Amino acid sequence: MRARLLDPGRWLGAHLGLVLLFLYLPIAVLIVLSFNESGLPTAWTGFSTRWYESVVVNEKILGAAAITIVIAAVSTLIATAIGTLLALGLERLTNNALLDGLVFVPGIIPDIVLAIALLSFYNLVFTGLLGLKLGLWSVIVAHVVFNITFVTAIVRTRLRHFDISIEEASLDLGANEVTTFRKITLPVILPGVIAAALVAFTLSVDEFVVAFFTAGTTITFPIQVYSMIRFGVTPEINAIATVVVVVSFVLVLASQRLNPEQV
Amino acid sequence: MSRLARRLVLLGPGLGWWLVFLALPLMVVLAYSFFRRGTYGGVVFDFTLDNYVRALDPLYLGVLGFSLRIAVITTAVALLIGYPAAYFIATRPRRWRTPLLVLIILPFWTSFLIRTYAWMVLLNREGLINRPLLALGIIDEPLPLLYNEFAIVIGLVYGYLPLMILPLYAAIERLNPELREAATNLGARPIKVFFTVTVPLTLTGIAAGCIFVFVPSLGNFIVPDLLGGGRSIMVGNLIQSQFLKARDWPFGATLALALITLMMVLLVVQARIINRDRPVSADAG
Amino acid sequence: MEAHRELIRIEGVTKRFGHLVAVDTVSTTIRENEFFALLGPSGCGKTTLLRLLAGFEAPDAGRLLLDGRDLVGMRPYRRPLNMMFQSYALFPHMTVFDNIAYGLRQERTGRDEIERRVNEVLALVQLGGFGRRRPHQLSGGERQRVALARALVKRPQVLLLDEPLAALDRKLRVEMQLELKRLQHTVGITFLIVTHDQEEALVMADRVAVMDRGRILQVASPDELYEAPGSRFVASFIGESNIFAGRLRIAGDAVTLVGERGTWHVAPAAPGHAGLADGAAAAIVVRPERLRLAPAGARASLEDPGAGGGLVNRVDGVLSDVAYLGSTRKYVVELRDGTRALARVQVGQRGDDLAPGTPVGATWAVEHGVLIADETASPASPGA
Repeated sequence: MRARLLDPGRWLGAHLGLVLLFLYLPIAVLIVLSFNESGLPTAWTGFSTRWYESVVVNEKILGAAAITIVIAAVSTLIATAIGTLLALGLERLTNNALLDGLVFVPGIIPDIVLAIALLSFYNLVFTGLLGLKLGLWSVIVAHVVFNITFVTAIVRTRLRHFDISIEEASLDLGANEVTTFRKITLPVILPGVIAAALVAFTLSVDEFVVAFFTAGTTITFPIQVYSMIRFGVTPEINAIATVVVVVSFVLVLASQRLNPEQV
Repeated sequence: MSRLARRLVLLGPGLGWWLVFLALPLMVVLAYSFFRRGTYGGVVFDFTLDNYVRALDPLYLGVLGFSLRIAVITTAVALLIGYPAAYFIATRPRRWRTPLLVLIILPFWTSFLIRTYAWMVLLNREGLINRPLLALGIIDEPLPLLYNEFAIVIGLVYGYLPLMILPLYAAIERLNPELREAATNLGARPIKVFFTVTVPLTLTGIAAGCIFVFVPSLGNFIVPDLLGGGRSIMVGNLIQSQFLKARDWPFGATLALALITLMMVLLVVQARIINRDRPVSADAG
Repeated sequence: MEAHRELIRIEGVTKRFGHLVAVDTVSTTIRENEFFALLGPSGCGKTTLLRLLAGFEAPDAGRLLLDGRDLVGMRPYRRPLNMMFQSYALFPHMTVFDNIAYGLRQERTGRDEIERRVNEVLALVQLGGFGRRRPHQLSGGERQRVALARALVKRPQVLLLDEPLAALDRKLRVEMQLELKRLQHTVGITFLIVTHDQEEALVMADRVAVMDRGRILQVASPDELYEAPGSRFVASFIGESNIFAGRLRIAGDAVTLVGERGTWHVAPAAPGHAGLADGAAAAIVVRPERLRLAPAGARASLEDPGAGGGLVNRVDGVLSDVAYLGSTRKYVVELRDGTRALARVQVGQRGDDLAPGTPVGATWAVEHGVLIADETASPASPGA
């Protein structure tokens, strides 16, 4: 109930307004252009959904989207399971600052480094020794690497508000550890786990660099988008971008609602 | 369940995954950097230090220098833009803070590729910045906004600004507001309060934000590729071309190691800053 | 206190936060060299009033005058009042010396002068030689002294103290109460303290303003507040009390208070003092140490409370609890109507030999019952 008069004034508010404009204007422009009949940024020739219609019948784009959804779904499932366990372990069993810091490395390591490291490794071990071809599986494995970091971080925000005595109560009342986890711990942290899964899914769907290096001949959705941007921009991009932005926003907002502490 | 078994079940899968699919691959990169490129690509397992010697060639040092320059400028711009924004959000009434933060972070969770593409549309010769200026007669020639350093910095700041604001916000929000009030009450003007109290006490947030922006900027490959137009290449592009075009994996691996080393040095510096900030009970007294 | 010159004048000050009126048209004055306390439960607006004076909030209405100058509109960093914060707000990245010197440096005081004054004030709060330590190396009590020194070193016209002792443990708190009072005498600065702890206010302050829901209910010296509370809130907030409520009936010299559960005698002069007329909602406040207890049968001793031998009021009940408090014993009497009365008896004195379960009569001499207006005007109920 204390309003602070030391509030540095209106200009900071105006600054935040400009920052938000900076963040949202480019996205807004793409969305508007996606409905431009001419498809070009040069002039507005009328409202049209023709670019969406042409995306919907573009087999290449749809195929790439299907592949990406499979990759994202599987890597999210794996990363969520592993990341939740890791979050529990870090929060309950260890008090190690180094380990806490190390957990972030896979999340902030430059994607190009992760990409070439995995490519070299796959090439040496799987392609070289086992004769496996790169494809869906290699991208999934790669995405799990960085997604574990994000899942762990988000689930930990939930665990920090977890009253450990309710677990002790459950054990005291005769439930074993597995039952306690299933009946007590998991239900309580579930919103955080789902929130983490939504973020992991979003990240995987949007990930380009690592997939670009580790997908072999498989074309994921971002790779498809990249080649469309890189080699001749077509107006369809704007429609695709709009869909991606809207889907990402919805997933992330849902995640935030489930677990408001994460931000 | 024993303590060891519990550790194994909880920590094992995650640490194991990282061991196999992150630590081992990085070892492979390290190993490759000491080998030679085969005539038709691939790696010939012949020990050599040539890759390191080659990395010191002014041509490649120049690329590294340019990458550093861009990353430093990007980080500085993001800090200058991000600090006031974080400060403003952190000093709002509690109920406003989370919605504002969500608004800041939201774009970050959507495709980096598409967000970068958006700036291609805006900065183009025929783009949405040049056209109105031309139409209004403010400029006669389209401004060369795209395919240069300026475009790269804008793209990187745009991409990573939320990563600057988040830790800054956390640090400012943690600061007891009574500290700022105490400084004011003792006669310090707002600007003095800011530089003698707020900034020194949010140094950890500043360090974290700078790292979060600097590291991905330094190794970025999408932004210079799309907004730099291939003319200004950064170390990320160089690594990419060594792997996918020149097919000189050992040299690409060496460059990647240089990038990681730089990153590590920065993380150590950041850890130093954080530790200095943390109260040490055995301080001189 | 030689001069009773007025130093601070608060005139009709109101502060709202949204729909909440934190400070509601408050007016009062604070004198020079006075130790003045704002006392009230949390959320009563006392801290807001302090922050208005310091300039961290701006009033929605009213004036705040210091020495005749209007503070409203004056930048907070220009006001000649220094504050000691509840959290102490010591700068964790500076040494004790730098913390204390911070305010002097804003005035561009010379190096030697700063050195001299900081050491002087460190000695004053008995922290000589602590200058090079950091706040986290100090105990709670030491931090509190540094915060005090930091505010005092600027020689403000008024020192504002926001719950200065709240973070200390009880023993240290009692010590610091006397210490603060000593300091105030030494430095001769007006102290304005905010506290929710009545003991703190009563021990330290020359005058106390009791606040509730944004308003000042009474400004008085500690003994006046205790002996002659001006309202039912003050009576129940300051110390323990037995309150008997009802309607006043004045018939010449025979003044009585007629409650739902009894009729009590009132001193004839009391309605005049309290400004109450016939039929007004009123209450009698009886402090526990004024209540005499005797076994129900012992009529004679009950009719004679010891003093003047005038009129006596009586309530009956059963002794339910006895608590030993050192020099006194607290007796809880379960009255017939289910409410309770408190009596405090010197250990070993008459009446200090009753066991729980004993039917007792509790009496008080008419002159020991303080008549007050009953602003709550609720159905009469004696209670603690």
